[in-house]
Amino acid sequence: MSLLSVSGLRKCYGDKVVLDDVSLSVEQHDVICLIGSSGSGKSTLLRCLNLLEDIDDGVIEFEGREISDPRVDARDVRKRIGMVFQAYNLFPHLTVLENCTLAPHRVHGVRRAEAEDRARELLERFGLADQATKHPDRLSGGQQQRAALVRAMCTHPTLLLLDEITAALDPELVGEVLEIVRAEAERGMTMVLATHEMAFARDVATRVCFLDQGRILEQGPPEEIFTHPREERTRHFLRRVLPGQAGSSA
Amino acid sequence: MIDWSPSQHELERRQVRRRIRLRSGLIATAMTVLVFLVVGLVVTSSPGWPRVQETFFSSEHARASFPDIWDAIWLNIKMFLIAEVFILLSAILIALCRVSRSPWLMPLRITAVVYTDVVRGIPTILLVYLLAIGMPALQLQGLPNSGFFWATVALIVSYSAYVAEVFRAGIESVHPSQWASAEALGLSRGQTLRHVVVPQGVRRVVPPLLNDFVSLQKDTALASSALVFEAVFVARDYGNYNFNYTPLVVAAGFFIVMTVPLARLCDWLTARMRRRELAGAL
Ligand SMILES: Nc1ncnc2c1ncn2[C@@H]1O[C@H](COP(=O)(O)OP(=O)(O)OP(=O)(O)O)[C@@H](O)[C@H]1O
Ligand SMILES: [Mg+2]
Repeated sequence: MSLLSVSGLRKCYGDKVVLDDVSLSVEQHDVICLIGSSGSGKSTLLRCLNLLEDIDDGVIEFEGREISDPRVDARDVRKRIGMVFQAYNLFPHLTVLENCTLAPHRVHGVRRAEAEDRARELLERFGLADQATKHPDRLSGGQQQRAALVRAMCTHPTLLLLDEITAALDPELVGEVLEIVRAEAERGMTMVLATHEMAFARDVATRVCFLDQGRILEQGPPEEIFTHPREERTRHFLRRVLPGQAGSSA
Repeated sequence: MIDWSPSQHELERRQVRRRIRLRSGLIATAMTVLVFLVVGLVVTSSPGWPRVQETFFSSEHARASFPDIWDAIWLNIKMFLIAEVFILLSAILIALCRVSRSPWLMPLRITAVVYTDVVRGIPTILLVYLLAIGMPALQLQGLPNSGFFWATVALIVSYSAYVAEVFRAGIESVHPSQWASAEALGLSRGQTLRHVVVPQGVRRVVPPLLNDFVSLQKDTALASSALVFEAVFVARDYGNYNFNYTPLVVAAGFFIVMTVPLARLCDWLTARMRRRELAGAL
């Protein structure tokens, strides 16, 4: 049984169809990379998975239960799915440590001391040990993004959704953050992530999904997508983002 | 796509969503009716209710006093509308003085600080007395002597100080990164305030502003102490002749009716702003 399975997912904003008949299944320890041009619906898909949006059709199942049912308590689901946003969204009025302990303490009922231990351990691992007592606005972009990752992981999620978490970072910091994501992937964390970092996707993904105008046009293992894409549109996209590399059809 | 039609599953889900909405609606209605029934029963079954009803809620006195209060309330409305315009203008000026940084404007800054500190400390009714009785007594040439004029000025003076602080709070709540990005575009400090910071700050403070204006509507009643024949004055006058408080309740009813449209308008404006700017944004 898949950890997460999506079938026939549809999402519209007004008349505009943003996701159309999207189907996807995520197994334990999978790392799924969503690629596709800007506006293809990557963020929207992640937001639907976390029940931040009401969907217009289709089914989302998580751990064998349909979570797209309106009777499902979204908070229950979100307790087990972590999400990191494109724009960090750290709480500016709390220190990094407080950002990281808020949910474990208030939502999961972990004692404060215990939550702080867990947070400090993760911050340490992510190289943020000495930033714990600072407020987010005083951190660099890369540090903020790593703090956001720690915040999402402090609750021991079974699934992590990452939305272009390196979009706002310079290449050096990109490496820094991706290294951490890679390490988490190797520890067996299940992840769905939207990214524009093709090299990274190729490297860590167990499966790559190419989104085009709200549809998953093509999905498969990274070697296949990056070297032998079936669809012309995928080839076109890859030629654009990987000049002189992929798109060489078999 | 045009040829899409919802699946069976989606239709069922819509039904469930509808049921959930219906259920919330029913709970809300039932709770409201219940609470108001209980409160109503407790009040009307209290031993003193008949007397209270006679002195405060007599329909006969209400009818008799209604036309006079109706005529007088226009004075309150006029006073409120005039005062509101001047308050908004002077308050934003005071707030801008307070957040200015230029060394040339230091005297203005000090004046603004002292003004808000002093004026906010004086009870509004005292300001009304001071201006409405004191100013005419000075017998200055060219200044009007009417109670209406000076009571309105007193309200403007008093509320400008409050509203200025509300504006300032709004301006200062705008995140520093907005300043930074505007200045990075080459905007001057004044331009940044005018085009970026103030519009955002003002939106944020619409609810507390509304609060102050509702309060202002009610405080137009203070003009009665400057012998302006506004609604409360007229109501009290009637009550003193007939030994009955009902007209005051009628006046209160008028004030409530005045504030409700203002509150709904503000709710609507803020909801629209949020919808436009924050739709799905995270
Ligand atoms: N709240 C909204 N209201 C209306 N349209 C929206 C809303 N949110 C997103 N959209 C539209 O949905 C489409 C998909 O947006 P989405 O943010 O999912 O793209 P994306 O693939 O994440 O792009 P990017 O790579 O630039 O982040 C876009 O065309 C966008 O304009
Ligand atoms: Mg996006």
